[in-house]
Amino acid sequence: MIQERAAETFAKLGWPTPRIEEWKYTNLAPLAKINWRVDDAVAEVETPLTFGARAYAELVFINGRLLRQAGARLAAPADERHYGDWERNAMVALNYANMQDGGRIEIPAGTVVDGFIHLLFMGHGDGIWSHPRNQIIVGANAQVAIVETYAGNGAYFTNAVTEIVAGEGAVVDHYRLQCESADAYHVGNVYIHEERGANVTSRSVVIGSALSRAEINVALAGEGASIVLDGLFAGTAKQHLDNRTVIDHVKPHCESHELYKGILDQNARGIFDGRIIVRPDAQKTVSRQENRNLLLSESAVIDSKPTLEIHNDDVKCNHGSTIGQIEQEPLFYLRSRGIGEEEARSLLVYAFASEIVDRMKIEPVREQIRRSLFQNMPDRLPERRGGGR
Amino acid sequence: MLEIKNLHAGIDGKEILRGVDLTIQPGEVHAIMGPNGSGKSTLANVLAGRPKYEVISGEVTFEGKNLLELPAEERAREGVFLAMQYPVEIPGVNNIYFLKAALNAQRKHRGEEELDAMEFLQLAREKMKVVELDESFMNRGVNEGFSGGEKKRNEIFQMAVLDPKLAVLDETDSGLDIDALRIVATGVDNLRSEAHSVLVITHYQRLLRYLVPDFVHVLSNGRIVKSGGKELAEELEQKGYDWVDEENVA
Repeated sequence: MIQERAAETFAKLGWPTPRIEEWKYTNLAPLAKINWRVDDAVAEVETPLTFGARAYAELVFINGRLLRQAGARLAAPADERHYGDWERNAMVALNYANMQDGGRIEIPAGTVVDGFIHLLFMGHGDGIWSHPRNQIIVGANAQVAIVETYAGNGAYFTNAVTEIVAGEGAVVDHYRLQCESADAYHVGNVYIHEERGANVTSRSVVIGSALSRAEINVALAGEGASIVLDGLFAGTAKQHLDNRTVIDHVKPHCESHELYKGILDQNARGIFDGRIIVRPDAQKTVSRQENRNLLLSESAVIDSKPTLEIHNDDVKCNHGSTIGQIEQEPLFYLRSRGIGEEEARSLLVYAFASEIVDRMKIEPVREQIRRSLFQNMPDRLPERRGGGR
Repeated sequence: MLEIKNLHAGIDGKEILRGVDLTIQPGEVHAIMGPNGSGKSTLANVLAGRPKYEVISGEVTFEGKNLLELPAEERAREGVFLAMQYPVEIPGVNNIYFLKAALNAQRKHRGEEELDAMEFLQLAREKMKVVELDESFMNRGVNEGFSGGEKKRNEIFQMAVLDPKLAVLDETDSGLDIDALRIVATGVDNLRSEAHSVLVITHYQRLLRYLVPDFVHVLSNGRIVKSGGKELAEELEQKGYDWVDEENVA
């Protein structure tokens, strides 16, 4: 049983602390002191974040348990493998040891899903933890869009794992919206495994929670596979938002394009730790990685750590990171037309975020993110109704 | 309408305007010409309230209000518009959304009702025709990916929508071909009326062939050294700026 082995592993590894290189900026030790409990009494709670009939299928979970399912019927995967690195990653071990419900979905080869599948995870109540596990197996040449949303009320703790396997030539559009309650803790580990010629776009939006760790691991395990990683994290108050990505170029002719943008206000702290590995066999790799950050206050902090590890000569890689404030020229331009300074600033903050939001393909998701961004930073961002276009 | 008295101003601690006097009455079109470095752009930016420019001394009143103590947005709301020499690109801020927000901020300030999306679009479409800008430009980011000429036409488009009492054109003609020049001149001419004034700042005389000024002033070394009618522009074109400087020294 994986549960037992994972529990043993977690007992051995313990809660991550900054002594581990991968956890240099984030300490989960305080969470270890809380006597977390599982809530098995599934009850209806308010879910303002449902997409309802706009989704092809929608699954709603409360505290890690499936509450209801609507829309098209979905097949469960036959695959019994676990793609998460539970032997090394303590939080994945903790998830597997306490594994609850989640979206376990198989898209058969050649199937093109018309619409998006929504997995909504609601946390509810203080001292409750949940361990949702999602596994999305996408068959050869199949196409699907998956949206994960995390939200809730109270000081709960979500520890989620999502495994995505994109078969040969599969196309996957993946969204992960972390809009947890302001008192919540959130750890998310995403594993993306790509076969030959697969094409995955994964977009991570981190807005909620007191403390968040969103990790994405990508293995480009087949020739000619490609990944786009888009990230947006926006923190205020004392939020601590840790983002880590690992892209492993295993095979030749793969491409990775990564852009993470951070907006940090008040005493928020943001982290971008992006690692790209190019294996000796991964000839003709193309890899671009960029992290851009906007600091809105004197006391906001960003740690940006892009890393490239290249083990062969025949590659095109570049990476970079910037940290800046609101630029004076655009600010003056907007003001010179009669727009007040505060509104002009908020338009520019929104503009910074919109580079990521605007290229999302699902309109209801874009709307939802605009609303969540505004709710988290009402004095920093303009309220947009109907998309603002 | 606009009265500038003994204005001294500069940037980075360097004095560039060294005593400018200028009065513009409602309905008048004034041109300020001058060689590079004479202080033309400094004057335009000081009038618009660009933060890094410092006023050392002097007065600027606009319709009886002390313009210099107002922040940039309030000057705009009072009816001062600056068509910029180098309009900045702002990806992510939608052109039409931005202009609607600007117009409604101005209307609100004047106690007028804000325009709704439909009313605004109707107005914008009408003005877009004047500057011959395609509607597709409106749904792009502010000036995003616009050519030099398109940026200048966008400035004139914004001016036409905002309908300012005083429009200051800072080298709007630079880098424009003849067609674009004609479009810009038409846009400004449409604004011209008894209630609207225009201050055209330019290095060359060519825009003034399409947009005939009532008065021409020559700015040199931070001062207006010569003023006259539209014929002064032609004289400058023929004789060059050295002529004014020499005459001034003599």
